[in-house]
Amino acid sequence: MKNLDIKISFSVMALLIILVGIFQSWGVALSILNLCLISAVMSMGVNIQWGFAGLINFGVMGFLAIGGLATILVSVPPVIEAWSTGGMGILVSGLFIISVVLLLFFINKKLNDYKYKNYLIFLIIILSIPLLKLISGPSINKIESINAATSGFLGGMNLPIIFSWFFGALLSAGVAFVIGKVCLGLRSDYLAISTLLISGIIVSIVKHEEWLSRGVKNVIGLKRPAPYEVDLQSSDWFIRLVEFLNTSKLSKIFDITERQDLLSKLVITSSGIFVKLCFALIFFLVVCTLLYFSEKALKSPWGRMMRAIRDNEDAAKAMGKNVVKQHLFIFMLGSAIIGFAGAMLVTYDGLFTPSSYQPLRYTFLIWVMVLLGGTGNNYGAILGAFVVWFIWIQSAPFALYVINLFTSQLDESNAIKLHLVNSIPYFRYLMMGLGLLVVMRYKPKGLLPEKVMRN
Amino acid sequence: MYFSASKLTGGYGGVNIIEDCSFNVNRGEIVSILGPNGAGKSTAMKAMLGILDLKSGEINLDGQDITKFKTQDRIKLGVSFVPQIKNIFTELTVEENLEMGAFLNEDDIRLQIEKMFDLFPIIKEKRKQAAGELSGGQRQQVAIARALMTNPTVLMLDEPTAGVSPVIMDEIFQHILNIKKQNIAILMVEQNARQALEISDRGYILVTGKNAYEGDGDYLLNDKEIRKSFLGG
Amino acid sequence: MDFLNAIILISNFILVPAITYGSQLALGAIGVTLIYGVLRFANFAYGDLMAFGTMIVILFTWYLQSKGITFGLLPTALLALPIGILFTIAISLFFDKTIFEYYREKKSNPVTFIVVSLGIMFVLNAVVRIIIGPNDINFMDGHKFIMKAREFKQITGLNEGLAIKSTQVITLITTIITCSLLFYFLNKTKTGKSMRAYSDNEDLALLSGIDPKKIILLTWVIVSILATVGGTLYGLDKSFKPFTYFNNLLPIFAATIVGGIGNPLGAFYGGFLIAFSEIALTYAYKKFFKYLLPESLEPNTLIQFISTDYKFAISFAILVVVLIFRPNGIFKGKVI
Repeated sequence: MKNLDIKISFSVMALLIILVGIFQSWGVALSILNLCLISAVMSMGVNIQWGFAGLINFGVMGFLAIGGLATILVSVPPVIEAWSTGGMGILVSGLFIISVVLLLFFINKKLNDYKYKNYLIFLIIILSIPLLKLISGPSINKIESINAATSGFLGGMNLPIIFSWFFGALLSAGVAFVIGKVCLGLRSDYLAISTLLISGIIVSIVKHEEWLSRGVKNVIGLKRPAPYEVDLQSSDWFIRLVEFLNTSKLSKIFDITERQDLLSKLVITSSGIFVKLCFALIFFLVVCTLLYFSEKALKSPWGRMMRAIRDNEDAAKAMGKNVVKQHLFIFMLGSAIIGFAGAMLVTYDGLFTPSSYQPLRYTFLIWVMVLLGGTGNNYGAILGAFVVWFIWIQSAPFALYVINLFTSQLDESNAIKLHLVNSIPYFRYLMMGLGLLVVMRYKPKGLLPEKVMRN
Repeated sequence: MYFSASKLTGGYGGVNIIEDCSFNVNRGEIVSILGPNGAGKSTAMKAMLGILDLKSGEINLDGQDITKFKTQDRIKLGVSFVPQIKNIFTELTVEENLEMGAFLNEDDIRLQIEKMFDLFPIIKEKRKQAAGELSGGQRQQVAIARALMTNPTVLMLDEPTAGVSPVIMDEIFQHILNIKKQNIAILMVEQNARQALEISDRGYILVTGKNAYEGDGDYLLNDKEIRKSFLGG
Repeated sequence: MDFLNAIILISNFILVPAITYGSQLALGAIGVTLIYGVLRFANFAYGDLMAFGTMIVILFTWYLQSKGITFGLLPTALLALPIGILFTIAISLFFDKTIFEYYREKKSNPVTFIVVSLGIMFVLNAVVRIIIGPNDINFMDGHKFIMKAREFKQITGLNEGLAIKSTQVITLITTIITCSLLFYFLNKTKTGKSMRAYSDNEDLALLSGIDPKKIILLTWVIVSILATVGGTLYGLDKSFKPFTYFNNLLPIFAATIVGGIGNPLGAFYGGFLIAFSEIALTYAYKKFFKYLLPESLEPNTLIQFISTDYKFAISFAILVVVLIFRPNGIFKGKVI
């Protein structure tokens, strides 16, 4: 039964995307598909934490930002001058931070009997902040002053951008480890609030440490695992391909200059579509791989154990399961996947804009995807991503259609109509909220609920 | 009999925990409900209070059938209950706990509060302190005093001496004896069977949800079978 | 002279702003903690509830202004406050009746409530922005400054000026009045005590005959008042931008937990603690030390502990510190 549900839901989604292609444009349809696929990775990451282990991670936005940062750190060419003047200082500061963190972990573990252990930890943290500023300050200033308009940062390793996806995952896992050690003992509401706050801190860091990420000045012109449209438009093989695919259309036009014009236009639109198709293929591969491994994990003894812990933590503890360790592992794994998706997203956009990371769009929207799609179900997470993203994008044209329908008698410059049209960007929030409320009421386990495993 | 419950049958979900249980208590009597763990003692008490739905049975208070009455209505009629755990408002002061005990009372309750402090003098000096800060024995006193604020005619207590030291247990039982003098019908579930029987007029022993033995306190205390099975020889 | 200058400097850049900000956080934290204590969930829609209440106040303020009605030296918005409160109460009760009540009766777990409050957050967020737009709105009128920095310098002859905006004084006074009334209600009236009792021990409260429906209604009324008043004061003092109200939730949540979740007095103190910490720890003390120290020891750097960009870090740090040292909050709250 469940397999039929999955097949039906995904067929419907595919159909909708095809309809968009036919009635709007193939470019739009492919954009939607690509963002759906990226969001699917995000929601699968969240689902692993929430569905498998019952952990509420409201810090999704932070891990996405880390993934985005990773694309910079991996793919952008290094700014040699910045490295030579400030590189050493940054490295020393990095070592400083690592040694302080190690010191704290050590104190926490070994000095358990020391009465003032917590005060000591607190003191060390308080002292290390101004120390860090002292060590790193001059280097940061030097770095940021080098070509502030075009770079003003350290740059990256100039590697292919796909590597950054994995680096993003690694970085996210590392950050998740630290966060997990501090916060995972807290109950759900405290964990939710703490992760939300931490994600705010992470995004603050990415936004303001210009030497690292250019901050609000953004990084543009990123590399790609797919061709650039301009390159395609000037390559012979592509032009001939477009010509071949559109022979019927072109042969109807007899005037040579007109035919050339049409061909050029077709080449331009086709290049966009071709690029998106390339991305779609790569993303599809990622999603399928992730799905395969997630499904295997879900059905494995380990997966069953995770869900046993989720459903009855005390019983699991009594049976000797190391709940803390498992939770930390899952938290890191899910965050790594989210980081991976963050890098995918920035790669697709071609630019890194730290100020765009907002909780509503990058944390809570993903949560709506997971909740709507089906908790604890990988297919559900993917479906949720598709449905939510589809509604998110299509709500604007849909709202416009509805407004026009209801206000057809009103003149274009009517104040109410104008106001409504201006509000269109916010209708999608309304739809998200209502959608979430409806699903939580009538289908609280989501559209594709978790299958209860009977042993 | 002032307060009686006959042939109570009920439980949680589909499973019956108590079957055909009967108890009764008169004003000025202390009646204990005893039995091994899981015998259904607390369940029986909850059924008499209306916290638990009954499959069958009847409950009678001073001649009135209160089987279908909601808990709050039973309280208004004079039944009061001291739960085993979470039986005080820890954040509220001792005095506020007593005020909440008499919540349904519209009149001036200050006299009643003073009466409670006379009955439990130790908590009087703690009246402005948060109840949660008191010692275990004092908290029990607050819990019982809170339940007495409505001037009940029937007082039910669920394991009032659970987890307290022997000295405190004696104190609490002494307080219960004082309450008996107020002509209140006292029904208590207890785990410390022997000490409970020592102050009880009568007792019931439940085994796996059914009445097994009943009789006067002395009789149950001294019967050889019962001593061996339930009172630790 | 210089000692006085140093004090005025601190008052102007730390004391006065922190008292104002602390009041705003305190009002918010008390609201959140009341919802947590009585309804037992963390309400992520609270920020947008504040935005909603403030929006109604603004709309009605504009209406009053269009009719030529003002409040003299005080902002007209204060006249519009009761209307805003009424609308906020209405919408809170509407959401409770149609949404929260269902899950209360089902005894759903706290996570469900959080998720549902997220849904309401989306809806309120959208509604506010659809009705009033996303832009910055300044609806302060009336006399703006009680004391301008320049005037102060002229009066005292000091180098440093102390500026006091009327909104800061209004915020403090309104907060004091509101909190006094609230704490009087909670501690001295029977109904208020019953609310505390219900929050403390629901089963025992029900056994005592306390009516849960009445408690829940009262809670939403009080919360709506706090949200509207807090949101309006914030909007008058800074400006109204729907987007910032959600962001303010983060320090509010921190203040709530720090003060002991479910403890209104703790939330009050927690708000001020967070506010003072945020402002004091991100202030650049260079000038302060310049006034106090002899010239030879004058600092060259900003002497700023943490850059203002990392405000969140401070709320979070305080939260973590409190959770480690006193997991129940600085004042006893519910054990989580």
